[in-house]
Amino acid sequence: MSTIKQKPAAERKKSKSIWTESFRRLLKNKTAVFSACFLILMFLFSFVGPLLSPYGADAMDVTLMKYPPSLFHWLGTDDYGRDVLTRLMTAGQISLTVGLASMVLSLVLGALLGAIAGYYGGIVDSMIMRIADILLSIPSLPLLIIIAALLSEFKVPTDYRIYIVMMMISFVGWPRLARLIRGQILSLREQMYIKAADVLGLSSRRKIFHHLLPNTYPLLIVVATLQTAAGILNESTLSFLGLGVVAPTATWGNMITIANNLIDFQKRPWLWIPPGMAIFLTVVAINVLGDAIRDVLDPKMKGR
Amino acid sequence: MSQPLVQINDLKKYFPIKSSFFGKPTGYIKAVDGISLQIEKGEAFGLVGESGSGKSTLGQTILRMHEKTSGQILFDGKDIHTISKKELVHLRTRMQYIFQDPYSSLNPKIRIGDAIGEPLLEHGLATKSDVDDKVGNILTMCGMAPRFMDRYPHEFSGGQRQRIVIARAMALNPDFIVADEPVSSLDVSIQAQIINLFSDLREQRELSYLFISHDLSIVEHLCSRIAIMYLGIIVELATRDELFSNPVHPYTKALLSAVPIPDPTLDRHRIELKGDIPSPEKPPSGCRFHTRCPFAKDICREQVPELRQANEDHQVACHLF
Repeated sequence: MSTIKQKPAAERKKSKSIWTESFRRLLKNKTAVFSACFLILMFLFSFVGPLLSPYGADAMDVTLMKYPPSLFHWLGTDDYGRDVLTRLMTAGQISLTVGLASMVLSLVLGALLGAIAGYYGGIVDSMIMRIADILLSIPSLPLLIIIAALLSEFKVPTDYRIYIVMMMISFVGWPRLARLIRGQILSLREQMYIKAADVLGLSSRRKIFHHLLPNTYPLLIVVATLQTAAGILNESTLSFLGLGVVAPTATWGNMITIANNLIDFQKRPWLWIPPGMAIFLTVVAINVLGDAIRDVLDPKMKGR
Repeated sequence: MSQPLVQINDLKKYFPIKSSFFGKPTGYIKAVDGISLQIEKGEAFGLVGESGSGKSTLGQTILRMHEKTSGQILFDGKDIHTISKKELVHLRTRMQYIFQDPYSSLNPKIRIGDAIGEPLLEHGLATKSDVDDKVGNILTMCGMAPRFMDRYPHEFSGGQRQRIVIARAMALNPDFIVADEPVSSLDVSIQAQIINLFSDLREQRELSYLFISHDLSIVEHLCSRIAIMYLGIIVELATRDELFSNPVHPYTKALLSAVPIPDPTLDRHRIELKGDIPSPEKPPSGCRFHTRCPFAKDICREQVPELRQANEDHQVACHLF
């Protein structure tokens, strides 16, 4: 039947209405739109910016050390004479990438384990959730610091540090997510359409990936944004403490390390204010956007 | 006659009531308490009873959506509660369930084309290239346009959704369908369409139905044999004509007297039942209906009536008969 495959454009549009409607409502929220624009700018700044900069991120200039902002170096130079603006951009690449990658990793891990726990129940559920409980009962920062310190002992090459940081952050991020997803799956599991899927003889894999998880997407999207913010913060904290991504690779976190030095802190604010502001504004923007998305996707949250 | 398609022997399904955190169940809800019946190939079997009589539990236990407590269910000679999961998945194509509520039995996130096509792909009844054609044909058969395939469930009305649910069950080309009050959530005008769809499909495909309903007039229209269920047991089982012309059990009489007749001049004698259906946790002693029966005698309180043959195609469980 060839007629089946020709879908009128109007119909196709109608079928997406839940998402388009949500998107339309999101556009009405001015702070959310502002945050989204800011984040897009931040991405452009980090990923396109370095291409426009005349300086290399690691290019040192011994004649221009710790120079205040000028026409040539808009944000001044650091203690090796490197251009702070250019380093801020490349640092943004690392920080944003780590934030996003750790979000994706913890989302995949959390959603998968949460779905498996919720779907199968019983001993599988108990085992996964007890592990999650244990991880949740330990404050994540000390845990990260301990793991990072252990890894430093193993002398991991600096190039690989960034991947290890991503994995560590996802490792502490997934339990919260798994718990949320498990709760959702448990309630969805009692839905009539899942019983219908049982009686239709569908496989567990199909039920989990086609029937259960798609119904948690609104929750996943919201958690994903918040997880990205948490990832960026965690990475910055670790790098600030010298346990995350280490020099010479710049990240916003290890750039503020310089504020540890009292003289630099007092006399050379161009060294630490820009990366500090970058972290602060990006995290706030992501959280505001996440909140707005939650309001839009969850009708019960309206008016709160 | 060869063996029946579905043979149920003394089926029981008790749900435990848990009270304390660890402790043993304090009691059991005896939802289905010893039911035996047969459904022949191509037969539409009606199951009638009020809310809480265990009709849906019976239907769901027959398809092993619950594990039975005891008894036996033979589907085409195979005991479906003892076969392996793999075999059961295979048998799923031959027996299907249609849920009461077409609003909750379709996943809101899945296009109806996928909802119908998915089981076909799963069971290898269609390939990726011809699944669309097959789904289109089934939709047409159930009175829906194939172009609706790309739409989501929320874009349809209740009647359309029920057609989709029926189409989804029919797509697997089953031999046996348990239809659990498939029309009770629909408008009367839509009910008629759906009922006609059911009887058309039965004629075309030699389907057997277990048609669960609390509405006698629908069952009368569709089914050739009817069982009346009360508190987990069958109180009367007869062919349609026999049951409607010659009801024996007081409960059946009461149900029949409650069927509206569109003739205001007719003098109706209505048997009104007092009170509610008793708790299936502690069913009354003796005849389960004695607490509400207008004709109850001492024997009814003490002895459990057996399901006896009233005549060739009529069985009843009542002392007064």
